Amino acid sequence: MASESDVPFDSEADGLSELSILGYPETRRKFIKQVAGTSAAIAIGPNLLSAASLDQAGATSAGDAASDSVKVNLKINGKGYALDVDPRVTLLDALREQLHLTGSKKGCDHGQCGACTVLVNGRRINSCLSLAVTHEGDEITTIEGLANGDELHPMQSAFIEHDGFQCGYCTPGQICSAVACVKEGHANSDDEIREWMSGNICRCGAYPNILAAIKEARSKTA
Amino acid sequence: MLSGLAAQTASLCSIAALCEIFMNPFTYSRATDVDQAVAEVSGKPHGKFLGGGTNLIDLMKMGVETPEALIDINRLPLAQIEELPGGKGMRIGAMMRNSDLAEHDLIKSRYPVLSEALLSGASPQLRNMATVGGNLLQRTRCYYFYDPAFPACNKRKPGSGCGAIEGFNRIHAILGQSEQCIATHPSDMCVALAALDAIVRVRGPKGEREIPMTDFHRLPGDTPERDTNLQPDELIIAVDLPAMPFATRSHYLKVRDRASYAFALVSVAAALDLDSNKTIKAARVALGGVAHKPWRAEKVEKELAGKQADERTFRVAAEAELAAAKGYKHNSFKIELAKRAIVRALSSVAAME
Repeated sequence: MASESDVPFDSEADGLSELSILGYPETRRKFIKQVAGTSAAIAIGPNLLSAASLDQAGATSAGDAASDSVKVNLKINGKGYALDVDPRVTLLDALREQLHLTGSKKGCDHGQCGACTVLVNGRRINSCLSLAVTHEGDEITTIEGLANGDELHPMQSAFIEHDGFQCGYCTPGQICSAVACVKEGHANSDDEIREWMSGNICRCGAYPNILAAIKEARSKTA
Repeated sequence: MLSGLAAQTASLCSIAALCEIFMNPFTYSRATDVDQAVAEVSGKPHGKFLGGGTNLIDLMKMGVETPEALIDINRLPLAQIEELPGGKGMRIGAMMRNSDLAEHDLIKSRYPVLSEALLSGASPQLRNMATVGGNLLQRTRCYYFYDPAFPACNKRKPGSGCGAIEGFNRIHAILGQSEQCIATHPSDMCVALAALDAIVRVRGPKGEREIPMTDFHRLPGDTPERDTNLQPDELIIAVDLPAMPFATRSHYLKVRDRASYAFALVSVAAALDLDSNKTIKAARVALGGVAHKPWRAEKVEKELAGKQADERTFRVAAEAELAAAKGYKHNSFKIELAKRAIVRALSSVAAME
């Protein structure tokens, strides 16, 4: 589940000439980071991005005083992290760009699609609408933290078993949300699951299979 | 394999996505008690309190909200619910999350309309984040307000005009609007609170005051930039629900474009006090999706008092409330929809045991 499935571009694809012009044809994620090192970063302000990106943006000036960074201690998937973050950084961006936990996905970035769903102190939230600095001391579980070593979480296994995805982009959010949905006791009927999973959009339309996966995992995780 | 155009579009989208994440710089501080939070915001004219952030952070990403300071109130001890002494009702802490309030046993049993309204809003994830105080301060979802690329919006930029009046106004107001603004208030919770005679308790530098729910939000008039009567240096600390025994017979009906996870086109919060012959002793009704504030349907309530609880009575009352309604090019359907929603909601409540 935590694979590099958010790299939709085949670097050999003909259509990447536009990216090649910029000299960074590798992957979308790298592309974004590299763009941060170009003139776009002047407008963006460098401190929003990870340390790696900061290096690349080092030659630019922010133009205005960026927010002072704030220290925050997060416990993510059982491991403690002391971070220095710009207060504007969302939990999602801190996870992805600073900690390289890229399982949680950025879909809409406005709390509408659920791809960024993580568990904070056991409760599901949209990490794209939550500032990292507000999570001092919180315990955060991402898709990377659900498996027990090599043994997948029953919800992960059920998604594979029932083909609960096509492109896979919404899947980490769907699975985190589904784990919480079952734990909350909101998975008692098909209609109840549909309603309580409505915050996770799947553009491939894998809903019937997601429903089947949750029903199977429900009995194993309850 | 992507076509060249698709790749170009994707790369532009990546840049757009990046640009979206930057907000204006702000200072961040964590408040540990209410007085400190109030003191902190008092000295900062462009400071804002940060609760669940589900609306504020979104608006900051859009560039609609540009606070210079955020005071994080997530650690304030305001997340509890308690019974008021003498059976006078309940006090809900402003930092209680929407999901916790919706699932609270006493709310479900005594004020089902409030629980239903909360559960009809947003998604489980957003309800886990969103607070009661923040829900009161939600801003409109009017497209022209939410996107600064639209030049005209009197709410966002006073004096710039209203893009909605002559524009795409399907989700807009039919009651209480002005020449300046036809935006609607998006909250479901607030509609239930308006019907339940809730009182908003706020604290400012000069102490506490109470604002009745029906006076908390404003009609647009000539100052659509002001959504509420809360002062910038005041913090919502609680919402009081007065005792209303007949609210056990109450219901929230939400009509929307999707079955779930959509804002209301029209919604109705209704409670009926019926005697054994189904004569209406008292009614509490409020409408959502129709006005700049949760619309307490006083004409409906007046019309229903003393009448038999049947569909004909409900229809007459609904006609009275909507008599002054005004529709625009794309939202005139809301007038008949609101009438039918009132009848259906009241019929459901009357049929409750």
